[in-house]
Amino acid sequence: MIHVVKKDIPRTRDTIIIRLLAILGALLVASIIVIFAGANPINLYIGIIEGCFGNLHRFAATIQKMVPLLVLSLGVMVAFKMKFWNIGAEGQFLMGAVGAALVVRFFPNLPMPVMIFSMGALAFVFGAIWLLIPAFFKAKFGTNETLFTLMMNYIALNLVVALQYDFWKDPGANGMPKIANFPANALLPHIGGFNLSIAFAIILVILVYFLMNYSKIGFEITVLGESENTARYIGINITKTIITAALISGGLCGLVGMFQTAGISGALSIEITGGLGFTAIIVAWLSGLKVPFIVLNSFAFAVLLQGGSYIQTAFQIPGSVAEMIQAIILFFILGSEFALHYRFVSDKKKREVA
Amino acid sequence: MDSVRCFYSKGENMNTQYVVNMKNITKVFGKVKALDHVEFSLKKGEIHAILGENGAGKSSLMNVLNGIYVPDEGEIEVKGQTVTISSPKDALDLGIGMLPQHYKLVDVFSALENVAAGSRKTTPFLNRKKILDEMGKLISQLGMDIDPNKKVYAMSVAEKQSLEIFKVLYRGADILILDEPTAVLTPQEIKNLFQIIRKMVAVGCSVIIITHKLDEVMEISDRITIMRKGTTIQTVDKKDTNPEELAGMMVGDVMELNIPWVDVERGEKSLEVKDLTAIDKNKVAVLDHVSFDLYAGEILGVAGIAGSGQKELCEGIAGLYPIKSGEIIFDNTNIVGKNPEDISKMGISLSFVPEDRLGMGLVSSMDIIDNVLLKDYKNKKGMGISRVISRRKALALVEKLNVSTPGIENHAVSLLSGGNIQKVLLGREIELQPKLMLTAYATRGLDVRSSQIIYDLLNNEKKKMIPILYIGEDLDVLMSLCDRIVVLCEGKVTGIIDPRKTTKEAIGLMMSGVMEEGKKA
Repeated sequence: MIHVVKKDIPRTRDTIIIRLLAILGALLVASIIVIFAGANPINLYIGIIEGCFGNLHRFAATIQKMVPLLVLSLGVMVAFKMKFWNIGAEGQFLMGAVGAALVVRFFPNLPMPVMIFSMGALAFVFGAIWLLIPAFFKAKFGTNETLFTLMMNYIALNLVVALQYDFWKDPGANGMPKIANFPANALLPHIGGFNLSIAFAIILVILVYFLMNYSKIGFEITVLGESENTARYIGINITKTIITAALISGGLCGLVGMFQTAGISGALSIEITGGLGFTAIIVAWLSGLKVPFIVLNSFAFAVLLQGGSYIQTAFQIPGSVAEMIQAIILFFILGSEFALHYRFVSDKKKREVA
Repeated sequence: MDSVRCFYSKGENMNTQYVVNMKNITKVFGKVKALDHVEFSLKKGEIHAILGENGAGKSSLMNVLNGIYVPDEGEIEVKGQTVTISSPKDALDLGIGMLPQHYKLVDVFSALENVAAGSRKTTPFLNRKKILDEMGKLISQLGMDIDPNKKVYAMSVAEKQSLEIFKVLYRGADILILDEPTAVLTPQEIKNLFQIIRKMVAVGCSVIIITHKLDEVMEISDRITIMRKGTTIQTVDKKDTNPEELAGMMVGDVMELNIPWVDVERGEKSLEVKDLTAIDKNKVAVLDHVSFDLYAGEILGVAGIAGSGQKELCEGIAGLYPIKSGEIIFDNTNIVGKNPEDISKMGISLSFVPEDRLGMGLVSSMDIIDNVLLKDYKNKKGMGISRVISRRKALALVEKLNVSTPGIENHAVSLLSGGNIQKVLLGREIELQPKLMLTAYATRGLDVRSSQIIYDLLNNEKKKMIPILYIGEDLDVLMSLCDRIVVLCEGKVTGIIDPRKTTKEAIGLMMSGVMEEGKKA
């Protein structure tokens, strides 16, 4: 019989080799699909690279795809550090967007800097509230945050549906169910394809890095996540820590709602998230909840997203094929996690060890 | 009707007097000899108690008989035949059933459903009526108090235990192993359990009961086997012995230890515990009107069988366990109801080395610096943390206590050996320059050398006039290290004694619930 045995902590060198092998394997398997779709895999893979870095415009698109994923992953990470499984980033993102749109709707004539600041502030608050609700119930009554945050996603989504199809429907859109576009003073300023959200993202990366590594609250979040008993033992106020972490986590995710509406879509709609709130969970987890790796992995995911959309037009292959390639690569990388942490041992050998 | 084999087995061919005969049983785990050429035999129809301290090998021996451990050496005879038992299922086929220490019942099932589940006689469809009939018969024979339709979640601990016993019998066991069955019961429930055990024997079962309570042994058993440090000391008939003799055999001769008792003129009273009472979630009193004083420059030992309230006592004083009533007075302030944050804000610097080192005292995935930081970070003003001081302290700690570690940074403490983990924890707590030290099982699992270092550290603190509460399990150590010893049994103080004026046997008796002379029961 073959048994699965947990390995010691993998070495960095092994990690890199296994990850590279996984990507190589993924590309090989994906090639089969590409050939069936009638394209040359080598050209296609080169196409992905070109689509991401071919010119400044494409590079800007890659970076813009990275920004929301990066900030969402940071938000998710803060909660995950506490072993508070916030899988409601999608909902917090949407609520943040609602918050930003609320400012635009009720104060459309604010000067641009004030407008952007207010939109960001309200987006942060709305996202934070969306996570504070489950966090409050977890701290006070011990409810399960996984289900709670997941359900909050659907409430947020359907709230936006109601806004888009009914309450905030644009009468000037010839019956199309859409919310009116933001005026120019509510759009993030940009240079070329790069808008201001990139600057915000850089600041947030630095802030979150210092928060988690060099602040009391970050330290307390980590300790609480590792062991609640230790947290009680050293006198951490557990309720306060849960609430603070939820505020930061939800707030960061909410802020992305402003980045996307004011920076990319120019309006609130149900499509703005593109499932990034869930992808962020994968990014945060793959990065081992470490800020530098989150930056790296968000970039890698952005390359997949941007490269995928580029090859659709450049190679005339269906969007589903591009998505399949993304999925295969992801599948292999997640699968390689297993190879990193476990190994197979035959029964006979195991006895000798024991 | 083989389901109730044990009640009808008298007619079976059972000429052998012994139903179980274990010879020369040896079981080694790594370097530890859990069982060292152990002999054990069980007569048909007897109640046989196995008596011993924690870690004496009682449970290991029974796990061998129940097929959970396969012995490295030795022979087992059951009902006259040499057998190999390699799983609990094998054991049950031979009629041996062991009551699990942690009950394995399905909460949302009724008693009947729990009995039926996993029983090999169960047909694909549940024949409630047939099982109900069989159950009724057994229940009335044994005088048990089981309602077949009551759901497990609605049952008391005693009811769950009865149900577990019943399950084992229903599955055909006639040799029953009970591992510390009275630990979770109230005195009245213990009385009921003993009645059930006697009735089981009356209908032909043989019972092995593991315990360390002398009074129970004297009440229920026919024969007693005493175990110590993995060996059988002796098997005696109850009628030929007395509790004093048993206690003596259980604890063994006084060993010469190299722990110098430091003679320090004790200072003022520093901690006063008055009538401290705490209850656990099963409403059992884990601390029952505990009172004692602790003086500066004194190591006050706490002796007792594991689970007699030591953990709750420490955590209660540290503000981590809810106290129902009573007072904990430190420096003229009652600290009952205060949490650790409150206590430290009151300026009481308290060192606490908890029993659960990696689960409470330290964060296992963090390195030594961050683990030192745990108790330091609040001292810094502002929102940030600084590792400068902690790094210096960690380095000093590693050097002073000779912690063997690849580094103080980026190397999780869980990767260190047990002794080194404890050095980190104890070293950190001593560095706090506490006004009061609580240590729980400070040397558990440590080798002689590491233990020696820990004792020296504690003696040093004592010389600095720090009051120290030392929870221990090794009586030899407690007696040579401590100035006085509080003996706990089931949450009650059964004696506060000077170890230099008493015997190990006397402490052993108090640990088993016999009150100190001159004290009211």
